[in-house]
Amino acid sequence: MGQIIQYIESYLKTKDLTPGAAGNMFWALVYILLIFGGLSVAVIAMNWLERKILAHMQVRLGPMRVGPHGLLQPIADAIKLLLKEDIMPTEADRFVFWTAPLIVVMAAFTVFIVVPFGPTHAVTDMNIGVLFMLGVSSLSVLGVVMAGWASNSHYPLIGALRSSAQMVSYEVAMGLAVVAAVLMTSLNAEGTGTLSMIGIVQAQQAQGIWFIFKFFPLGAIAFFIFAVSMVAETNRAPFDLAEAESELTAGFHTEYSGFRWSLFFLAEYSAMIAVSSIAVTLWLGGWLRPFPNLLSGPTWDLVFSLFPGITFLLLAAMCFFNAARMPKHPMFRIQTIGLAGFGMVLGLIGLVLLLPAVRVRVQDIFWFAAKVAGFMYLYIWYRGTFPRYRFDQLMHIGWKVLLPLGLAVLILTASVALLQQRLWHP
Amino acid sequence: MTYQHNTLSHLELEAPEKPFLDSNELVINMGPQHPATHGVLRVILRLDGEKVLGLECVIGYLHRGVEKIGEHRTYTMFNPYVDRMDYVAAVSNGLGYCETVEKLLNVEAPPRAQHIRVILAELNRIASHQLWLGTHALDIGAITPLFYTFRDREEILKIYEKYCGARLTTHAFRIGGLQYETYNGFEKDVKNFLTFFRPKIDEYEELLTTNRIWVERTKDVGTISAEDCIALGVTGPVLRASGVKWDLRKAQPYANYKNFDFDIPTGHNGDTYDRYLVRMAEMRQSVRIVEQALDALPEGPIIAKVPKVMKPAAGEVYHSIEAPKGELGYFIVSDGSTQPYRVRVRPPSFVNLQALDVMCRGELVADVIAVIGTLDIVLGEVDR
Amino acid sequence: MAPVATPFFFYLFAAIMLIGGIAVITRKNPVHSALALIVTLLAQSSIYLMLYAPFVAGVQVILYAGGIMVLFLFVIMLVSIDRSMKERQFNSQWVVGIVAATALAGLFVTVYIKGTSIFPDRVLPIIESDNTQKVATMLYGQYMFAFEIASLLLLVAIIGAVVMAKKRI
Repeated sequence: MGQIIQYIESYLKTKDLTPGAAGNMFWALVYILLIFGGLSVAVIAMNWLERKILAHMQVRLGPMRVGPHGLLQPIADAIKLLLKEDIMPTEADRFVFWTAPLIVVMAAFTVFIVVPFGPTHAVTDMNIGVLFMLGVSSLSVLGVVMAGWASNSHYPLIGALRSSAQMVSYEVAMGLAVVAAVLMTSLNAEGTGTLSMIGIVQAQQAQGIWFIFKFFPLGAIAFFIFAVSMVAETNRAPFDLAEAESELTAGFHTEYSGFRWSLFFLAEYSAMIAVSSIAVTLWLGGWLRPFPNLLSGPTWDLVFSLFPGITFLLLAAMCFFNAARMPKHPMFRIQTIGLAGFGMVLGLIGLVLLLPAVRVRVQDIFWFAAKVAGFMYLYIWYRGTFPRYRFDQLMHIGWKVLLPLGLAVLILTASVALLQQRLWHP
Repeated sequence: MTYQHNTLSHLELEAPEKPFLDSNELVINMGPQHPATHGVLRVILRLDGEKVLGLECVIGYLHRGVEKIGEHRTYTMFNPYVDRMDYVAAVSNGLGYCETVEKLLNVEAPPRAQHIRVILAELNRIASHQLWLGTHALDIGAITPLFYTFRDREEILKIYEKYCGARLTTHAFRIGGLQYETYNGFEKDVKNFLTFFRPKIDEYEELLTTNRIWVERTKDVGTISAEDCIALGVTGPVLRASGVKWDLRKAQPYANYKNFDFDIPTGHNGDTYDRYLVRMAEMRQSVRIVEQALDALPEGPIIAKVPKVMKPAAGEVYHSIEAPKGELGYFIVSDGSTQPYRVRVRPPSFVNLQALDVMCRGELVADVIAVIGTLDIVLGEVDR
Repeated sequence: MAPVATPFFFYLFAAIMLIGGIAVITRKNPVHSALALIVTLLAQSSIYLMLYAPFVAGVQVILYAGGIMVLFLFVIMLVSIDRSMKERQFNSQWVVGIVAATALAGLFVTVYIKGTSIFPDRVLPIIESDNTQKVATMLYGQYMFAFEIASLLLLVAIIGAVVMAKKRI
């Protein structure tokens, strides 16, 4: 028994290693469970946020009835999907039909092993971190193809092939943008870069600049290429032709109903969060707070460390404000109490996050999550604003616009980096 | 204005002897239940891979026998039926029918009635174009303009509701003029609407006109030349976007459009983008017309001296107006009794739908939906 | 980083690879064969990991499992498989097959018996923390020429595919 406790404690003594790197399986498991739980909450929150934000952009309110301001809507949707009849087409290939959503979900969730929420807050830090993320997310293409084929129907098959062709095409552009960013990590004393996610953020920290601003505008163009490719990679608007209802091909998940369909849906949101995490890590400084060098010093550190607590307190204040605005009719009493209770929970979390002991540890996670949340808002904004691209126009952009642009950025970045090395550090 | 009779062979409108299906071709059926066909329209596409080789429209799913019903109703009784044809722009339908029967009876509506008719008809044009914009943008994937246009359309429908009690199928006009005097505050409401609406057109344009994705989806898509338009009998914004400056409000003025000053927007290429621009400009021109009509609203009676039992002299008359979708014509044959012998409606959507085949040749499948949207068809009118 | 339960994982992945490989050639449905091949390739990438070559493992997943097999699946799914499923499986080249299998078996047995004496100069890099960097140094330094030839080969293949697939030049 003492040995187990010693095993658990030994990790807490090692200060700067992830559980995977330290070889501590218990803490790795704890981190995995935390990430899984956090990801599930994030997906549920994304569902609610998408419906509300899209509605507000369209001058309407969105879900308001199920729970105060529709907060319980995702749970109601989940329960409905679980209770739905599980239909399998008669001529469908049972095994493939069954495993396709599993593959997509596994690919979407496994990438989070290397996502760094802080310098030691990842499950593990692989040497090939970025490569691993790109590789495993490319396995979800297989799931899409299998889903379309297993439905044994003409339209889902065409939709699946189109979806997967789109995903594969934009992976090329994504890869080039990633290489341009990884190139920037090698501009250090040793002259070697790193593919490890934690190493990339530490390279940004060491060089004192987020890679989006490095060699302006090259870093920004590489970021832009990745930002567009990741929207196409996850089949979201404006690149969602394969799953749009008003087109002829009906999308690869047509024949899926109930819980199987919700697995695809879960995987789509997880994939969105995963590619946003890559973008945040590579270009936006990962867990680093804004202006770590410009506004440095203990006072600025204190100011920035108050952000997580204040954010939650602001959210709690919004909840209380809206609870006060609810109609005073007895039918709304439960909703008002619910909203006020939710506000109190958020306020408590905010107060806890203001404690000094917690503040220091949670900072990194908060900044990372805030940046990823910004990307999620962008995703929803794109969906509300842009029309849809036609499929040939989509492929045109992927191959004829983003790919040459990515190559050009890569070559220019390498040239500028080389010039910098030769001219400033001969 | 006369036009050369064009040979139609390049359009292959004579039934060819070759079979409808070739070895390399794929035949796909779209509809009649489809989210994007704006009603119960069935389209049979002949495809070569992704390219459309030709298409055939199967209509009739909304046929209600309106013209046959017209033969068994008196002229006043038939008035509400015409609203149900183009249910989106019901006021225009009513205007066309009332004016045709007035022509048959040799009666003219008093100036005040004509003024108010113009105001309501132009508001209807705005409402119809707003619905077109919302659904067309939705088909192409922009899901937000739908809500904006429907929200703004509500104001027009409120005005209609206050005026005649109905929002959609208004039955606003009567043969010889109007039944209802404008309610207290009608002018104020319409003025408020105009001030409210003018920046809204800019709002819609801001979302779409310079949006790169919108331009790529609509430029050079569904192009039709002016000669083909005239050969097929296409009218309305589709004709004007192909470069032909033909608008019945200026060419054969009715109501009292000759008293108003407005432009006829035209396009150059005849593609979807030009049709979009033409309809947006038409909304602005309608605002102009309503403003001028409001300022110059005369006093006087609202209905002419029309007999209670209408027995027009035997004869036939054809009269057409510029409905939001094109030339809406009524051909009424009277045999001297209280019921018309024949009421034939020339719906703009029915004639424009013939152009769908020409416009979609050589386009990709994904564009077919955009083209159906840009033609602005209403199946109630196509099938009657 | 100390290895964990190496023999167990080796036998596990090797068994998965073998079962997957056998499934590839015995399944009637070509899609099932392709999926079994994907399982084999993923197990192979795990074996690469055990050989302290994480870069090759990552590239194997991206390129082989996530790229090449997807294209295999495209082709299989676009071609009608009903006819191929109804065909009887035939082994008309069984003589050549047996000769080739015997030669391969002889090769395996020889290597197993001779053991490590075949490769006297083996270098086993235990440290995997800079595996990618070492691969890069060798690839772009010592083996640059081979790298360029391989990329030229791929370029020729791409141009050939585009030329064959275009309807008109």
